[in-house]
Amino acid sequence: MTASNLQGRHRLGRVWLVVFQIALVVGIIALCALLFNILNGSFGFVAVEDTVSPESLAVNGVPLEDLDKDALVQILQAHISAGLYARYEFEKPFAERSAGEVYDLILERVIEPRFVAQWSLYETLTNGDAIRQQAAQEFPNARLEFRSWLNSHFLRAPQSSYPEIAGVRTAVLGSLWTISIAVLFAFPVGVAAAVYLQEYAPDNLINRIIQTNINNLAGVPSIIYGILGLAIFVRVLGQFTSGIAFGASDPATANGRTILSAGLTLGVLVLPLIIINAQEAIKAVPNSLRQASFGLGATRWETVWYHVLPNAISGIMTGTILSISRAIGETAPLIVIGASTFIQVDPEGPFSKFTTLPIQIYQWTARPQSVFRNLAGGASLVLLGLLLTMNATAIILRNRYRRSL
Amino acid sequence: MTDTAPTATATAAIETNDLSIYYGSFQAVRDVNLDIQPNRITAIIGPSGCGKSTVLRAFNRMNELIPSVNTTGEVLFRGQNIYKPDVDPVEVRRHIGMVFQKPNPFPKSVYENVAWGARINGFKGNMDELVHSSLQSAALWDEVKDKLDQSGLSLSGGQQQRLCIARAIAVRPDIILMDEPCSALDPIATLRIEELMRDLAKDYTIIIVTHNMQQAARVSDRTAFFSLSEDGKRAGMLMEYGDTKTMFTRPEKKITEDYITGRFG
Repeated sequence: MTASNLQGRHRLGRVWLVVFQIALVVGIIALCALLFNILNGSFGFVAVEDTVSPESLAVNGVPLEDLDKDALVQILQAHISAGLYARYEFEKPFAERSAGEVYDLILERVIEPRFVAQWSLYETLTNGDAIRQQAAQEFPNARLEFRSWLNSHFLRAPQSSYPEIAGVRTAVLGSLWTISIAVLFAFPVGVAAAVYLQEYAPDNLINRIIQTNINNLAGVPSIIYGILGLAIFVRVLGQFTSGIAFGASDPATANGRTILSAGLTLGVLVLPLIIINAQEAIKAVPNSLRQASFGLGATRWETVWYHVLPNAISGIMTGTILSISRAIGETAPLIVIGASTFIQVDPEGPFSKFTTLPIQIYQWTARPQSVFRNLAGGASLVLLGLLLTMNATAIILRNRYRRSL
Repeated sequence: MTDTAPTATATAAIETNDLSIYYGSFQAVRDVNLDIQPNRITAIIGPSGCGKSTVLRAFNRMNELIPSVNTTGEVLFRGQNIYKPDVDPVEVRRHIGMVFQKPNPFPKSVYENVAWGARINGFKGNMDELVHSSLQSAALWDEVKDKLDQSGLSLSGGQQQRLCIARAIAVRPDIILMDEPCSALDPIATLRIEELMRDLAKDYTIIIVTHNMQQAARVSDRTAFFSLSEDGKRAGMLMEYGDTKTMFTRPEKKITEDYITGRFG
């Protein structure tokens, strides 16, 4: 038992162990900082001044939130000009509006809350009394309330230039639309390409060049894909991506800066990632299965369809999820494509103008008023939530596939 | 082992004429002339790397799945050269089944493992019956009849290999190729497979590659001994071919005797 310098060798091992642990701690600190930063902006005290206090609008002691739609319409009618009321009636008859929609209108036009000051979560938690004093002195007409910037109104309201009533609905819908189109395009194309490269393509110079190029494409910066999308989908194929060719849009005003162009651009962006991941998944299917299948007199197609793909599908799905997670956070290519930074109407289909969550966040953080930073924090939480939901769904799907094998 | 000596007049199940197989430019197998007797078990033995498995895989064109393999000469099955350009390898493999070295059941149910091959080959009859009879022929039915819907991978190694045999039988081949089918199994499971092979030989022509000379002596009717060429090019060649009994008692060539008695290999 006199191994040479055994102590020294163990010491080296311990040193490296510490290095690995430090690396992990650095990573965790970075993650915590990120979460703190988002949460810090998403919650906290705000000082709100109302033009008309909600309490004064209560009818017979019933608070405004609990009133039925007819009562809400009456309140609205009593507080806004007849012309404005007629305009709302013209846009969408009150008979068709829900109580929530009418309430939002009252909030916007009657109560007219204005945020005069807001504080971060950290300040709110550590310095609450000082904030209360300060608010009472500086804004005697304001009430101080704890606000979650991520709330149901925020999710359901469209974009607005008033931070008090702005929401992310248009952005969330835009993100869902673009990402759906990206998946619909990139998943079948990517998997088919991977099957060809892995199961059919002979090992020759041309296929090796193709393979190398796919690997390189996966590392191309996303803004380059944006320029590609602008050139191809927006300009060259503008007739199609705008919907003019299908008679779906008005040729006088429509252009190619649509959800379809954005979705296809994101699709092209993730295509190499999906191909590479699917290839790895297909490569991981043991060769003995292919041999067994061929040995029974199966064709190559039957072997791929009944054995290779079912065994690779969970890996393919994982790779696709990772790729889509990247795509949903992409901002740069969509700016190049021409995402609208300010849009209040919901996207109605692939030929609509659009904005997406990352664009919305970017636009809000770029505004001079600090209150929009809090909105950006809330929107970041929505984006994270969307990502987590998608990943969870995909993991559940993947596990189900794996169990059915 | 059997007392019925193979009749010389029987038409060969498989006949090779000057079969040579190349990996790229390397000649792995040289000028093999072999006629496999129907309804007999033929063992292919020889030292490692002498091309036994390569020859076996040439019989149902499985070598083509490896890029760079090139085959010359003829392999006659039912009097037709299976390497002729108009012959579909898929059709060849449907008639000449294969059992591999490591048990490789599909990650599907036991039932589906047996049924799948028949289904893709257009089997229209009663599938339950086919699964039953195939598993019975593979001496596996009694062990798995209550777990037909369990995964084939949940069986033991020996059961998995018999499942692979049942799977091969289910497509009703004429010939079953076995590439060291017992090398991954324990002695008891090996014995069961060997008994099974004797049973199957009543209906099928079986060709088995084996490392194990006792196994060749126990189960086969005919033995083909392969060894490396002595010109230094390391090509596999057929050295001696005949009845197993004769071969193991009175080999014609010195090299065969040396191998059988364990002096090399």
